[in-house]
Amino acid sequence: MSPSIEADASRLPATAPPKSARRVSLIWKTRWFGVGFIVLLLALWEIAAASGAVPSMSFPRMSAVMMTWWELIVSGELLGELVPSLWRMFAGYFVGVALGVALGLLMGYFRFFYSLLEPITEVLRPIPSPAYLPIVILFLGIDDEMKIFMIAFASLFPVLLNTYSGVRSVDPIQLQTARTFGVTGWKLLWQIVLPSAAPYIFTGMRVSLAVALIVMVISEMVAASSGIGYFILSAQRGFKIREMFAGVLTLAIVGYVLNRLFVAIENRVLAWHYGYTVQQRN
Amino acid sequence: MANSTRPFLSLRGIRKTFAAAGGTTIALNGVDLEIERGSFVSVIGSSGCGKSTLLQIMAGLIEPTTGNVTIEGCKVDGPPRNVIYVFQQYTRSLFPWKTVERNVAFGLENREQLSKEAIAARTQEYISLVKLTGFERHYPWQLSGGMQQRVAIARALACRPDVLLMDEPFSAVDALTRVGLQELVRSLWRELGLTVVFVTHDVDEGVYLSTRVVALGRPPATVAVDLPIELPHPRDQIATRALPEYLDYRGRLLAQLFAEEGLAARGAA
Repeated sequence: MSPSIEADASRLPATAPPKSARRVSLIWKTRWFGVGFIVLLLALWEIAAASGAVPSMSFPRMSAVMMTWWELIVSGELLGELVPSLWRMFAGYFVGVALGVALGLLMGYFRFFYSLLEPITEVLRPIPSPAYLPIVILFLGIDDEMKIFMIAFASLFPVLLNTYSGVRSVDPIQLQTARTFGVTGWKLLWQIVLPSAAPYIFTGMRVSLAVALIVMVISEMVAASSGIGYFILSAQRGFKIREMFAGVLTLAIVGYVLNRLFVAIENRVLAWHYGYTVQQRN
Repeated sequence: MANSTRPFLSLRGIRKTFAAAGGTTIALNGVDLEIERGSFVSVIGSSGCGKSTLLQIMAGLIEPTTGNVTIEGCKVDGPPRNVIYVFQQYTRSLFPWKTVERNVAFGLENREQLSKEAIAARTQEYISLVKLTGFERHYPWQLSGGMQQRVAIARALACRPDVLLMDEPFSAVDALTRVGLQELVRSLWRELGLTVVFVTHDVDEGVYLSTRVVALGRPPATVAVDLPIELPHPRDQIATRALPEYLDYRGRLLAQLFAEEGLAARGAA
Protein backbone atom coordinates (compact mmCIF):
# COMPACT_ATOMS: atom_id res chain seq x y z
CA MET A 1 0.00 0.00 0.00
CA SER A 2 2.35 2.70 1.26
CA PRO A 3 5.07 2.18 -1.41
CA SER A 4 2.66 3.13 -4.17
CA ILE A 5 1.67 6.29 -2.33
CA GLU A 6 5.31 7.20 -1.93
CA ALA A 7 5.92 6.46 -5.59
CA ASP A 8 3.11 8.84 -6.49
CA ALA A 9 4.49 11.49 -4.17
CA SER A 10 7.94 11.20 -5.70
CA ARG A 11 6.47 11.83 -9.11
CA LEU A 12 4.70 14.97 -7.92
CA PRO A 13 7.51 17.57 -7.86
CA ALA A 14 7.82 17.56 -11.66
CA THR A 15 4.46 19.26 -11.97
CA ALA A 16 4.22 20.77 -8.49
CA PRO A 17 4.18 24.55 -7.93
CA PRO A 18 7.29 26.45 -6.66
CA LYS A 19 8.89 25.53 -3.37
CA SER A 20 7.20 27.93 -0.97
CA ALA A 21 3.72 27.08 -2.18
CA ARG A 22 4.56 23.40 -2.03
CA ARG A 23 5.70 23.59 1.58
CA VAL A 24 2.40 25.14 2.60
CA SER A 25 0.39 22.56 0.71
CA LEU A 26 2.38 19.72 2.27
CA ILE A 27 1.53 20.51 5.90
CA TRP A 28 -1.87 18.90 5.64
CA LYS A 29 -0.24 15.79 4.24
CA THR A 30 1.78 15.11 7.37
CA ARG A 31 0.76 13.16 10.40
CA TRP A 32 1.20 16.29 12.55
CA PHE A 33 -1.79 17.87 10.89
CA GLY A 34 -4.09 15.24 12.41
CA VAL A 35 -2.26 15.33 15.73
CA GLY A 36 -2.81 19.08 15.78
CA PHE A 37 -6.50 18.47 15.30
CA ILE A 38 -6.58 16.26 18.39
CA VAL A 39 -4.79 18.98 20.38
CA LEU A 40 -7.37 21.49 19.15
CA LEU A 41 -10.27 19.30 20.28
CA LEU A 42 -8.65 18.81 23.70
CA ALA A 43 -8.21 22.57 23.99
CA LEU A 44 -11.89 23.07 23.16
CA TRP A 45 -12.74 20.53 25.86
CA GLU A 46 -10.60 22.46 28.36
CA ILE A 47 -12.26 25.75 27.45
CA ALA A 48 -15.77 24.30 27.51
CA ALA A 49 -15.23 22.79 30.95
CA ALA A 50 -13.46 25.83 32.37
CA SER A 51 -16.12 28.25 31.15
CA GLY A 52 -18.79 26.36 33.04
CA ALA A 53 -20.92 25.92 29.93
CA VAL A 54 -21.25 22.25 30.83
CA PRO A 55 -21.85 21.06 34.44
CA SER A 56 -18.35 20.31 35.67
CA MET A 57 -19.42 17.44 37.94
CA SER A 58 -19.55 14.97 35.02
CA PHE A 59 -17.35 16.98 32.71
CA PRO A 60 -14.03 17.78 34.36
CA ARG A 61 -11.39 19.91 32.73
CA MET A 62 -9.13 18.08 30.40
CA SER A 63 -6.12 19.29 32.39
CA ALA A 64 -7.64 17.84 35.57
CA VAL A 65 -8.11 14.48 33.83
CA MET A 66 -4.50 14.57 32.70
CA MET A 67 -3.29 15.36 36.22
CA THR A 68 -5.34 12.54 37.69
CA TRP A 69 -4.09 10.21 34.99
CA TRP A 70 -0.51 11.13 35.82
CA GLU A 71 -1.09 10.62 39.55
CA LEU A 72 -2.62 7.21 38.89
CA ILE A 73 0.36 6.27 36.73
CA VAL A 74 2.89 7.44 39.32
CA SER A 75 1.07 5.69 42.18
CA GLY A 76 1.08 2.50 40.10
CA GLU A 77 -2.67 2.10 40.47
CA LEU A 78 -3.41 2.22 36.73
CA LEU A 79 -0.59 -0.17 35.85
CA GLY A 80 -1.87 -2.47 38.58
CA GLU A 81 -5.19 -2.62 36.76
CA LEU A 82 -3.62 -2.75 33.31
CA VAL A 83 -1.37 -5.75 33.92
CA PRO A 84 -4.14 -8.29 34.65
CA SER A 85 -6.17 -6.81 31.78
CA LEU A 86 -3.37 -7.18 29.26
CA TRP A 87 -2.55 -10.65 30.50
CA ARG A 88 -6.14 -11.80 29.95
CA MET A 89 -6.28 -10.07 26.63
CA PHE A 90 -3.10 -11.59 25.24
CA ALA A 91 -3.79 -15.04 26.64
CA GLY A 92 -7.19 -15.04 24.96
CA TYR A 93 -5.93 -13.38 21.81
CA PHE A 94 -3.13 -15.86 21.20
CA VAL A 95 -5.33 -18.84 21.88
CA GLY A 96 -7.94 -17.42 19.49
CA VAL A 97 -5.37 -16.63 16.79
CA ALA A 98 -3.75 -20.07 17.04
CA LEU A 99 -7.09 -21.83 16.79
CA GLY A 100 -8.29 -19.50 14.04
CA VAL A 101 -5.20 -20.09 11.91
CA ALA A 102 -5.29 -23.85 12.47
CA LEU A 103 -9.01 -24.18 11.68
CA GLY A 104 -8.78 -21.77 8.75
CA LEU A 105 -5.91 -23.75 7.24
CA LEU A 106 -7.75 -27.03 7.68
CA MET A 107 -10.98 -25.66 6.23
CA GLY A 108 -9.23 -24.07 3.31
CA TYR A 109 -7.02 -27.03 2.54
CA PHE A 110 -9.20 -30.03 3.25
CA ARG A 111 -12.68 -30.13 1.80
CA PHE A 112 -13.72 -32.47 4.62
CA PHE A 113 -13.08 -29.85 7.31
CA TYR A 114 -14.79 -27.17 5.28
CA SER A 115 -17.96 -29.24 4.94
CA LEU A 116 -17.82 -30.16 8.60
CA LEU A 117 -17.11 -26.75 10.10
CA GLU A 118 -18.46 -24.13 7.74
CA PRO A 119 -22.11 -24.30 8.95
CA ILE A 120 -21.23 -24.17 12.65
CA THR A 121 -18.87 -21.28 12.00
CA GLU A 122 -21.61 -19.34 10.27
CA VAL A 123 -24.03 -20.04 13.14
CA LEU A 124 -21.68 -19.08 15.97
CA ARG A 125 -19.92 -16.17 14.32
CA PRO A 126 -22.82 -13.66 14.23
CA ILE A 127 -23.60 -13.98 17.96
CA PRO A 128 -22.38 -10.79 19.67
CA SER A 129 -20.01 -11.80 22.44
CA PRO A 130 -21.90 -9.97 25.25
CA ALA A 131 -24.87 -12.23 24.45
CA TYR A 132 -23.09 -15.44 25.38
CA LEU A 133 -21.21 -13.91 28.29
CA PRO A 134 -23.89 -15.00 30.83
CA ILE A 135 -23.66 -18.57 29.56
CA VAL A 136 -19.90 -18.55 29.86
CA ILE A 137 -20.17 -17.22 33.42
CA LEU A 138 -22.46 -20.15 34.27
CA PHE A 139 -19.85 -22.62 33.15
CA LEU A 140 -16.55 -20.91 33.89
CA GLY A 141 -17.42 -18.54 36.72
CA ILE A 142 -16.20 -14.97 36.85
CA ASP A 143 -12.47 -15.55 37.03
CA ASP A 144 -9.78 -15.25 34.40
CA GLU A 145 -10.80 -18.46 32.63
CA MET A 146 -14.11 -16.85 31.68
CA LYS A 147 -12.46 -13.72 30.32
CA ILE A 148 -9.78 -15.60 28.45
CA PHE A 149 -12.41 -17.86 26.92
CA MET A 150 -14.54 -14.87 25.91
CA ILE A 151 -11.58 -13.09 24.32
CA ALA A 152 -10.30 -16.24 22.58
CA PHE A 153 -13.72 -17.11 21.20
CA ALA A 154 -14.32 -13.61 19.85
CA SER A 155 -10.78 -13.36 18.38
CA LEU A 156 -11.07 -16.69 16.64
CA PHE A 157 -13.56 -15.85 13.91
CA PRO A 158 -11.88 -12.94 12.11
CA VAL A 159 -8.65 -14.94 11.96
CA LEU A 160 -10.42 -18.10 10.86
CA LEU A 161 -12.33 -16.43 8.03
CA ASN A 162 -9.32 -14.52 6.75
CA THR A 163 -7.06 -17.55 6.96
CA TYR A 164 -9.61 -19.53 5.01
CA SER A 165 -9.80 -16.85 2.30
CA GLY A 166 -6.02 -16.73 2.21
CA VAL A 167 -5.74 -20.46 1.68
CA ARG A 168 -8.37 -20.40 -1.04
CA SER A 169 -6.53 -17.65 -2.88
CA VAL A 170 -3.12 -19.33 -2.96
CA ASP A 171 -1.96 -19.28 -6.55
CA PRO A 172 -2.45 -22.75 -8.07
CA ILE A 173 0.78 -22.23 -10.03
CA GLN A 174 2.68 -21.98 -6.74
CA LEU A 175 1.09 -25.20 -5.55
CA GLN A 176 1.92 -26.98 -8.81
CA THR A 177 5.47 -25.66 -8.70
CA ALA A 178 5.88 -27.06 -5.22
CA ARG A 179 4.45 -30.38 -6.39
CA THR A 180 6.98 -30.62 -9.21
CA PHE A 181 9.66 -30.35 -6.53
CA GLY A 182 8.08 -33.18 -4.62
CA VAL A 183 6.45 -31.03 -1.93
CA THR A 184 3.01 -32.36 -1.03
CA GLY A 185 0.67 -32.87 1.92
CA TRP A 186 1.56 -31.25 5.24
CA LYS A 187 4.85 -29.96 3.83
CA LEU A 188 2.92 -28.11 1.17
CA LEU A 189 0.61 -26.66 3.80
CA TRP A 190 3.49 -25.49 5.94
CA GLN A 191 5.92 -24.33 3.26
CA ILE A 192 3.64 -22.82 0.63
CA VAL A 193 0.07 -22.39 1.83
CA LEU A 194 0.87 -20.78 5.18
CA PRO A 195 3.34 -18.13 3.93
CA SER A 196 1.21 -17.44 0.90
CA ALA A 197 -1.85 -16.89 3.09
CA ALA A 198 0.11 -14.81 5.63
CA PRO A 199 -1.10 -11.40 4.37
CA TYR A 200 -4.70 -12.53 4.88
CA ILE A 201 -3.90 -14.02 8.27
CA PHE A 202 -2.39 -10.73 9.39
CA THR A 203 -5.50 -8.85 8.28
CA GLY A 204 -7.57 -11.18 10.44
CA MET A 205 -5.19 -10.83 13.36
CA ARG A 206 -5.45 -7.07 13.20
CA VAL A 207 -9.24 -7.16 13.32
CA SER A 208 -9.06 -9.66 16.18
CA LEU A 209 -6.70 -7.45 18.16
CA ALA A 210 -9.35 -4.72 18.28
CA VAL A 211 -12.01 -7.30 19.09
CA ALA A 212 -9.90 -8.72 21.91
CA LEU A 213 -9.55 -5.26 23.48
CA ILE A 214 -13.31 -4.71 23.33
CA VAL A 215 -14.21 -8.09 24.80
CA MET A 216 -11.59 -7.70 27.51
CA VAL A 217 -13.19 -4.44 28.67
CA ILE A 218 -16.74 -5.78 28.43
CA SER A 219 -16.01 -8.95 30.38
CA GLU A 220 -14.21 -6.93 33.05
CA MET A 221 -17.14 -4.54 33.34
CA VAL A 222 -19.60 -7.37 33.81
CA ALA A 223 -17.70 -9.46 36.29
CA ALA A 224 -14.30 -8.65 37.74
CA SER A 225 -12.52 -7.30 40.77
CA SER A 226 -9.53 -6.05 38.84
CA GLY A 227 -8.64 -4.78 35.39
CA ILE A 228 -9.07 -1.60 33.47
CA GLY A 229 -12.71 -2.30 32.53
CA TYR A 230 -13.56 -2.84 36.20
CA PHE A 231 -11.63 0.30 37.09
CA ILE A 232 -13.58 2.50 34.67
CA LEU A 233 -16.99 1.20 35.71
CA SER A 234 -16.33 1.36 39.42
CA ALA A 235 -14.91 4.88 39.05
CA GLN A 236 -18.13 5.92 37.34
CA ARG A 237 -20.26 4.29 40.02
CA GLY A 238 -18.25 6.01 42.74
CA PHE A 239 -18.57 9.41 40.99
CA LYS A 240 -14.83 9.51 40.49
CA ILE A 241 -15.34 11.11 37.13
CA ARG A 242 -11.72 12.14 36.53
CA GLU A 243 -10.55 8.61 37.29
CA MET A 244 -13.15 7.30 34.87
CA PHE A 245 -11.87 9.54 32.09
CA ALA A 246 -8.30 8.63 32.99
CA GLY A 247 -9.17 4.96 32.53
CA VAL A 248 -10.67 5.60 29.11
CA LEU A 249 -7.64 7.68 28.17
CA THR A 250 -5.43 4.76 29.17
CA LEU A 251 -7.38 2.44 26.90
CA ALA A 252 -6.99 4.88 24.02
CA ILE A 253 -3.23 4.88 24.55
CA VAL A 254 -3.09 1.09 24.90
CA GLY A 255 -5.13 0.60 21.74
CA TYR A 256 -2.95 3.01 19.82
CA VAL A 257 0.32 1.48 20.99
CA LEU A 258 -0.89 -2.07 20.30
CA ASN A 259 -1.91 -1.17 16.79
CA ARG A 260 1.41 0.56 16.09
CA LEU A 261 3.28 -2.46 17.40
CA PHE A 262 1.17 -4.72 15.27
CA VAL A 263 1.79 -2.68 12.14
CA ALA A 264 5.53 -2.67 12.87
CA ILE A 265 5.58 -6.45 13.19
CA GLU A 266 3.41 -6.88 10.12
CA ASN A 267 5.66 -4.64 8.04
CA ARG A 268 8.62 -6.70 9.08
CA VAL A 269 7.11 -10.12 8.49
CA LEU A 270 5.30 -9.16 5.30
CA ALA A 271 7.93 -6.88 3.80
CA TRP A 272 7.98 -9.13 0.72
CA HIS A 273 4.26 -8.74 0.26
CA TYR A 274 4.21 -4.98 -0.30
CA GLY A 275 6.91 -5.13 -2.95
CA TYR A 276 5.20 -8.06 -4.59
CA THR A 277 1.83 -6.29 -4.66
CA VAL A 278 3.36 -3.22 -6.28
CA GLN A 279 5.01 -5.39 -8.94
CA GLN A 280 1.74 -7.22 -9.64
CA ARG A 281 -0.06 -3.92 -10.07
CA ASN A 282 2.41 -2.49 -12.60
CA MET B 1 22.15 -35.60 -32.70
CA ALA B 2 20.41 -37.86 -35.17
CA ASN B 3 22.13 -40.99 -33.87
CA SER B 4 19.39 -42.81 -32.05
CA THR B 5 19.58 -44.42 -28.65
CA ARG B 6 16.78 -46.36 -26.97
CA PRO B 7 13.61 -44.39 -26.23
CA PHE B 8 14.08 -42.41 -23.09
CA LEU B 9 10.85 -40.51 -22.65
CA SER B 10 7.96 -42.22 -24.28
CA LEU B 11 4.32 -41.20 -24.72
CA ARG B 12 1.88 -43.79 -25.96
CA GLY B 13 -1.66 -43.14 -27.07
CA ILE B 14 -2.10 -40.05 -24.93
CA ARG B 15 -5.71 -38.93 -24.94
CA LYS B 16 -7.06 -36.18 -22.74
CA THR B 17 -10.68 -35.14 -22.53
CA PHE B 18 -12.16 -32.39 -20.43
CA ALA B 19 -15.71 -32.20 -19.22
CA ALA B 20 -17.26 -29.07 -20.72
CA ALA B 21 -20.72 -27.57 -20.96
CA GLY B 22 -22.76 -29.82 -23.21
CA GLY B 23 -20.41 -32.79 -23.33
CA THR B 24 -16.72 -33.49 -23.33
CA THR B 25 -13.98 -31.76 -25.27
CA ILE B 26 -11.19 -33.87 -26.63
CA ALA B 27 -7.95 -31.93 -26.19
CA LEU B 28 -5.48 -34.64 -27.18
CA ASN B 29 -6.56 -37.51 -29.33
CA GLY B 30 -3.88 -40.15 -29.28
CA VAL B 31 -0.43 -38.59 -29.15
CA ASP B 32 2.54 -40.92 -29.60
CA LEU B 33 6.05 -39.60 -29.09
CA GLU B 34 9.42 -41.16 -28.43
CA ILE B 35 11.97 -38.71 -27.15
CA GLU B 36 15.64 -39.61 -27.10
CA ARG B 37 17.92 -38.84 -24.20
CA GLY B 38 19.79 -35.63 -24.77
CA SER B 39 17.48 -34.28 -27.43
CA PHE B 40 15.91 -30.84 -27.50
CA VAL B 41 12.35 -31.23 -28.68
CA SER B 42 10.07 -28.29 -29.28
CA VAL B 43 6.33 -28.76 -29.35
CA ILE B 44 4.55 -26.13 -31.40
CA GLY B 45 0.95 -25.58 -32.33
CA SER B 46 -1.70 -22.90 -32.36
CA SER B 47 -2.94 -21.62 -29.02
CA GLY B 48 -5.38 -23.95 -27.36
CA CYS B 49 -4.12 -27.02 -29.21
CA GLY B 50 -3.23 -28.78 -26.00
CA LYS B 51 0.55 -28.47 -26.08
CA SER B 52 0.72 -27.24 -22.49
CA THR B 53 -1.63 -30.02 -21.46
CA LEU B 54 0.69 -32.52 -23.11
CA LEU B 55 3.66 -31.08 -21.23
CA GLN B 56 1.81 -31.22 -17.91
CA ILE B 57 0.98 -34.85 -18.60
CA MET B 58 4.69 -35.53 -19.13
CA ALA B 59 5.39 -33.73 -15.84
CA GLY B 60 2.92 -35.92 -13.99
CA LEU B 61 0.93 -32.84 -13.02
CA ILE B 62 -2.21 -34.05 -14.76
CA GLU B 63 -3.24 -37.54 -15.71
CA PRO B 64 -4.06 -38.52 -19.25
CA THR B 65 -7.55 -39.91 -19.80
CA THR B 66 -5.98 -42.87 -21.56
CA GLY B 67 -2.46 -43.72 -22.58
CA ASN B 68 0.70 -43.52 -20.55
CA VAL B 69 4.02 -41.77 -20.18
CA THR B 70 7.16 -43.68 -19.31
CA ILE B 71 10.63 -42.42 -18.48
CA GLU B 72 13.34 -45.05 -18.86
CA GLY B 73 10.58 -47.62 -18.78
CA CYS B 74 9.00 -46.34 -15.54
CA LYS B 75 5.41 -45.20 -15.71
CA VAL B 76 4.83 -41.58 -14.74
CA ASP B 77 2.17 -41.11 -12.07
CA GLY B 78 2.85 -37.94 -10.14
CA PRO B 79 5.85 -35.66 -10.67
CA PRO B 80 8.90 -37.87 -11.34
CA ARG B 81 12.10 -37.13 -9.47
CA ASN B 82 14.26 -36.56 -12.51
CA VAL B 83 11.86 -34.23 -14.30
CA ILE B 84 11.40 -30.55 -13.55
CA TYR B 85 8.73 -28.36 -15.06
CA VAL B 86 9.36 -24.67 -15.70
CA PHE B 87 6.20 -22.63 -15.82
CA GLN B 88 5.44 -19.89 -18.27
CA GLN B 89 4.28 -17.54 -15.50
CA TYR B 90 7.53 -17.02 -13.64
CA THR B 91 6.01 -14.18 -11.58
CA ARG B 92 3.54 -16.65 -10.18
CA SER B 93 5.78 -19.68 -9.99
CA LEU B 94 8.55 -18.10 -7.93
CA PHE B 95 7.75 -17.80 -4.25
CA PRO B 96 7.52 -14.07 -3.52
CA TRP B 97 8.32 -14.47 0.18
CA LYS B 98 11.62 -16.18 -0.58
CA THR B 99 14.79 -14.49 -1.78
CA VAL B 100 16.51 -15.60 -4.99
CA GLU B 101 18.76 -17.82 -2.90
CA ARG B 102 15.88 -19.44 -1.02
CA ASN B 103 13.93 -19.95 -4.22
CA VAL B 104 16.85 -21.68 -5.91
CA ALA B 105 17.43 -23.82 -2.82
CA PHE B 106 13.76 -24.82 -2.63
CA GLY B 107 14.03 -28.01 -4.68
CA LEU B 108 17.29 -28.99 -3.02
CA GLU B 109 15.86 -28.63 0.46
CA ASN B 110 12.89 -30.76 -0.37
CA ARG B 111 14.02 -33.38 -2.84
CA GLU B 112 17.57 -34.18 -1.92
CA GLN B 113 19.15 -35.44 1.26
CA LEU B 114 21.86 -32.81 1.36
CA SER B 115 23.66 -31.06 4.18
CA LYS B 116 23.14 -27.34 4.68
CA GLU B 117 26.62 -26.64 3.32
CA ALA B 118 26.03 -28.76 0.23
CA ILE B 119 22.74 -26.96 -0.42
CA ALA B 120 24.38 -23.57 -0.04
CA ALA B 121 27.22 -24.54 -2.37
CA ARG B 122 24.97 -25.93 -5.04
CA THR B 123 22.59 -22.99 -4.80
CA GLN B 124 25.53 -20.67 -5.37
CA GLU B 125 26.74 -22.77 -8.28
CA TYR B 126 23.46 -22.55 -10.15
CA ILE B 127 22.91 -18.90 -9.35
CA SER B 128 26.23 -18.16 -11.01
CA LEU B 129 25.37 -20.50 -13.88
CA VAL B 130 22.40 -18.29 -14.77
CA LYS B 131 24.55 -15.21 -14.09
CA LEU B 132 22.66 -13.90 -11.09
CA THR B 133 25.59 -13.69 -8.68
CA GLY B 134 25.11 -10.63 -6.50
CA PHE B 135 21.33 -10.97 -6.50
CA GLU B 136 21.10 -13.78 -3.93
CA ARG B 137 19.39 -11.63 -1.33
CA HIS B 138 16.98 -9.96 -3.72
CA TYR B 139 13.35 -10.91 -3.85
CA PRO B 140 11.98 -12.08 -7.20
CA TRP B 141 9.79 -9.01 -7.57
CA GLN B 142 12.87 -6.80 -7.36
CA LEU B 143 14.19 -8.36 -10.58
CA SER B 144 13.30 -7.92 -14.23
CA GLY B 145 11.22 -10.51 -16.04
CA GLY B 146 14.21 -12.14 -17.71
CA MET B 147 16.09 -12.37 -14.43
CA GLN B 148 13.07 -13.90 -12.74
CA GLN B 149 12.85 -16.58 -15.39
CA ARG B 150 16.57 -17.24 -14.87
CA VAL B 151 15.84 -17.78 -11.17
CA ALA B 152 13.17 -20.30 -12.14
CA ILE B 153 15.63 -22.05 -14.46
CA ALA B 154 18.33 -22.13 -11.78
CA ARG B 155 15.84 -23.53 -9.29
CA ALA B 156 14.92 -26.27 -11.75
CA LEU B 157 18.49 -27.12 -12.75
CA ALA B 158 19.83 -27.12 -9.19
CA CYS B 159 18.00 -30.41 -8.70
CA ARG B 160 20.06 -31.79 -11.60
CA PRO B 161 17.11 -33.22 -13.46
CA ASP B 162 17.51 -35.39 -16.55
CA VAL B 163 14.53 -33.79 -18.21
CA LEU B 164 13.56 -30.14 -18.28
CA LEU B 165 10.02 -29.39 -19.40
CA MET B 166 9.51 -25.77 -20.34
CA ASP B 167 6.09 -24.29 -21.06
CA GLU B 168 6.45 -21.20 -23.24
CA PRO B 169 9.08 -19.97 -20.81
CA PHE B 170 10.08 -16.89 -22.76
CA SER B 171 6.73 -15.70 -24.04
CA ALA B 172 6.41 -12.92 -21.48
CA VAL B 173 9.79 -11.23 -21.93
CA ASP B 174 10.96 -8.69 -24.50
CA ALA B 175 12.75 -9.75 -27.69
CA LEU B 176 16.32 -9.07 -26.57
CA THR B 177 15.87 -10.75 -23.20
CA ARG B 178 14.38 -13.65 -25.06
CA VAL B 179 17.49 -14.04 -27.23
CA GLY B 180 19.62 -14.04 -24.07
CA LEU B 181 17.47 -16.70 -22.44
CA GLN B 182 17.48 -18.83 -25.61
CA GLU B 183 21.27 -18.81 -25.63
CA LEU B 184 21.37 -19.60 -21.92
CA VAL B 185 19.04 -22.58 -22.25
CA ARG B 186 20.87 -23.89 -25.32
CA SER B 187 24.25 -23.71 -23.63
CA LEU B 188 22.94 -25.31 -20.43
CA TRP B 189 21.34 -28.07 -22.48
CA ARG B 190 24.65 -28.79 -24.21
CA GLU B 191 26.79 -28.50 -21.09
CA LEU B 192 24.59 -30.51 -18.77
CA GLY B 193 23.43 -33.14 -21.23
CA LEU B 194 19.77 -32.43 -20.48
CA THR B 195 16.76 -33.64 -22.36
CA VAL B 196 14.55 -30.63 -22.99
CA VAL B 197 10.94 -30.56 -24.08
CA PHE B 198 10.07 -27.01 -24.94
CA VAL B 199 6.56 -25.80 -25.67
CA THR B 200 6.33 -22.66 -27.75
CA HIS B 201 3.97 -20.99 -30.17
CA ASP B 202 6.92 -19.40 -31.92
CA VAL B 203 8.07 -21.45 -34.91
CA ASP B 204 11.38 -19.58 -35.21
CA GLU B 205 12.22 -20.20 -31.59
CA GLY B 206 11.36 -23.89 -31.96
CA VAL B 207 13.52 -24.38 -35.05
CA TYR B 208 16.43 -22.37 -33.74
CA LEU B 209 16.65 -24.13 -30.38
CA SER B 210 15.77 -27.70 -31.19
CA THR B 211 17.03 -30.95 -32.56
CA ARG B 212 13.45 -31.85 -33.40
CA VAL B 213 10.18 -29.99 -33.73
CA VAL B 214 6.80 -31.61 -33.21
CA ALA B 215 3.73 -29.74 -34.41
CA LEU B 216 0.34 -30.58 -32.95
CA GLY B 217 -2.79 -30.10 -35.03
CA ARG B 218 -6.01 -28.41 -33.98
CA PRO B 219 -7.91 -30.15 -31.19
CA PRO B 220 -8.63 -33.01 -30.97
CA ALA B 221 -4.88 -32.91 -31.47
CA THR B 222 -2.49 -35.50 -32.74
CA VAL B 223 1.07 -35.12 -33.95
CA ALA B 224 0.71 -33.35 -37.29
CA VAL B 225 4.37 -32.90 -38.18
CA ASP B 226 7.45 -34.48 -36.65
CA LEU B 227 10.52 -32.81 -38.05
CA PRO B 228 14.14 -33.52 -37.11
CA ILE B 229 16.13 -30.27 -37.22
CA GLU B 230 19.56 -31.01 -38.59
CA LEU B 231 21.16 -27.63 -38.25
CA PRO B 232 24.82 -27.46 -37.22
CA HIS B 233 25.89 -26.72 -33.66
CA PRO B 234 26.86 -24.33 -32.22
CA ARG B 235 24.10 -22.16 -33.51
CA ASP B 236 24.18 -18.46 -33.99
CA GLN B 237 21.25 -16.12 -33.68
CA ILE B 238 22.11 -14.41 -36.95
CA ALA B 239 24.05 -16.93 -39.06
CA THR B 240 21.90 -19.96 -38.26
CA ARG B 241 18.71 -18.07 -38.87
CA ALA B 242 20.00 -17.13 -42.34
CA LEU B 243 20.76 -20.72 -43.43
CA PRO B 244 18.61 -22.04 -46.30
CA GLU B 245 17.89 -25.21 -44.25
CA TYR B 246 16.65 -23.06 -41.38
CA LEU B 247 14.34 -21.17 -43.71
CA ASP B 248 13.15 -24.42 -45.20
CA TYR B 249 12.24 -25.90 -41.78
CA ARG B 250 10.59 -22.69 -40.79
CA GLY B 251 8.61 -22.52 -44.01
CA ARG B 252 7.37 -26.09 -43.74
CA LEU B 253 6.24 -25.68 -40.15
CA LEU B 254 4.59 -22.33 -40.78
CA ALA B 255 2.78 -23.75 -43.80
CA GLN B 256 1.48 -26.53 -41.59
CA LEU B 257 0.28 -24.11 -38.90
CA PHE B 258 -1.33 -21.81 -41.43
CA ALA B 259 -3.09 -24.72 -43.07
CA GLU B 260 -4.43 -25.77 -39.67
CA GLU B 261 -5.67 -22.27 -39.04
CA GLY B 262 -7.13 -21.93 -42.52
CA LEU B 263 -4.84 -19.03 -43.34
CA ALA B 264 -3.38 -18.52 -46.78
CA ALA B 265 0.38 -19.03 -46.55
CA ARG B 266 1.10 -16.22 -48.98
CA GLY B 267 -1.01 -13.69 -47.11
CA ALA B 268 0.43 -14.46 -43.72
CA ALA B 269 4.08 -15.01 -44.67
